[in-house]
Amino acid sequence: MTLSADEAARFATLLEEHQEALVATWTDRVAATLRGRLSQAELRRQTSELRRGFQEAMAGAAPNLAAEPAAELRAQLSEVSAQRARQGFNATETAVSVFAFKEAVLGILDGASNDATTFRDYVAFSSFVDEAALFTFDSYVRVREELIADQAEQLLELSTPVVKLWEGVVAVPLVGTLDSARAQVVMERLLQTLVDTGSPYAIIDITGVPAVDTQVAQHILKTVVAARLMGADCIISGIRPQIAQTIVALGIEFGDIATKSSLADALRYVLAKSSQAKNKRPER
Amino acid sequence: MDRVPVLKIGDILLVSIQIDMEDQVALQLQEDLADRIVSTGCHGVIIDISALDIVDSFVGRTLATIASISKVLDAETVVVGMRPAVAITLVELGLSLPGIRTALNVELGMDLLARERRERGDDGDFSDYTGGGVDGGETPAVPAS
Amino acid sequence: MNDESQQLAVTSDQDVVRVRQLVRASAVAVKLSLVDQTKIVTAASELARNTLVYGGGGSVEVAQVDNGRRKGIRIVFADQGPGIADLDLAFTDGYTSGGGLGLGLSGARRLVDEFSIETGVGEGTSITVTKWCR
Repeated sequence: MTLSADEAARFATLLEEHQEALVATWTDRVAATLRGRLSQAELRRQTSELRRGFQEAMAGAAPNLAAEPAAELRAQLSEVSAQRARQGFNATETAVSVFAFKEAVLGILDGASNDATTFRDYVAFSSFVDEAALFTFDSYVRVREELIADQAEQLLELSTPVVKLWEGVVAVPLVGTLDSARAQVVMERLLQTLVDTGSPYAIIDITGVPAVDTQVAQHILKTVVAARLMGADCIISGIRPQIAQTIVALGIEFGDIATKSSLADALRYVLAKSSQAKNKRPER
Repeated sequence: MDRVPVLKIGDILLVSIQIDMEDQVALQLQEDLADRIVSTGCHGVIIDISALDIVDSFVGRTLATIASISKVLDAETVVVGMRPAVAITLVELGLSLPGIRTALNVELGMDLLARERRERGDDGDFSDYTGGGVDGGETPAVPAS
Repeated sequence: MNDESQQLAVTSDQDVVRVRQLVRASAVAVKLSLVDQTKIVTAASELARNTLVYGGGGSVEVAQVDNGRRKGIRIVFADQGPGIADLDLAFTDGYTSGGGLGLGLSGARRLVDEFSIETGVGEGTSITVTKWCR
């Protein structure tokens, strides 16, 4: 239900004239729900700003929240919900902060006339506040999802270290299950490390990988092929007996990719190749 | 039309592709390189693609053609600096760049070329030989007396 | 639901470069990961070149899209050329160094999330691809 220009104008005046009372009541209502987790001063500052945001929107005759005059208000609502999200308040607490404004306004209107116009005005304005609360809720959810995504990424980074083992050799000890998302991250980080360190050899150690299925093997194979395209070579180490059996049973071909059962063997192999390459003559 | 510059460094021609090449520019590079290999007598070509954020099938074919033409002119080619995102994309695309040797950077590329020339025994500097044949090598070189 | 779309005519080599630049800019705008950016720009380069070389020239339309849950990029490659007579052949992996037989459409398809093609002999070709943010 959109606000007419008249209704908006009436509210603009009301919000301006009664700002002290409005902010006070609103702050009290919100403080009650937040149970002291936010300081009174901080809360007052927020409600004061929001009140001004609403007032500006009304003064600009915004028919709904998406309109241009409500731009500042939207920005403020986003700010408040982002803050609440980061501070650990839940979605309801955040939305209620906005809904409480209705109560504050009702308190003011109560004192004024009780005619039909006032009633219609309130319904229209209430609708506007509802929109604002939903918007706040939406922003809140978005920020929480971003936070969760960030944490997931950090977790992924922590669990996929790439270490420089020797001059020109890096190692990726894979630990845990290797799903599609993780495999991608591992691949990208390994390849980037090869570039950053100028290491022509990488050892992918899968001792810590409990099971290797066709998909996992595919991911590893793609990584090796990509590394070769870039001018580096990969050795796979840490192949446990059961894994070896699974690989054969599934018919996975590692082709000419070197595989070793232990990281030590892999390192020995790489060092031999590496010094071979450095010598003036091919070793015999 | 832009032209990709070709630098001579000793016995090697270095090409650093810095721009998003139009197909014509890539073809022009092919020609320019062939000309330079012949005019300079260089035996090595390094193509630095570290500034390329994509390598599509056209660029891939061009690189392969350059490698083939260079080989015929007795020069070995190494492509260096492929970005990880490009490598991953090429794997997905199914483009394997057959016959093209690669290295992580220019320095490693030069090492590779030097190594191969030594192995082939035709770097012209015979002071390396102190007797003993080159196992599995190609045309035997004249040993130092 | 398309937010904004831009169209480019593809009638020359430089146009293929322009397509790459436009797709790259759009991919960055919707915040595709670096690898996904690379994939979609590469696919666009392949398909735009096809439009030029096999379709006799045509147009490319790039749009940033939003399905409510995530953002993405949708590109349409259209030409009024001879159309593709044998779709199976067009989808064979034709990337050998000798040029291959196929148009390599299967390669481009692997780089994107959604791929659809409309074509007919003498009816031109229209290919639509979409890549979503993860």
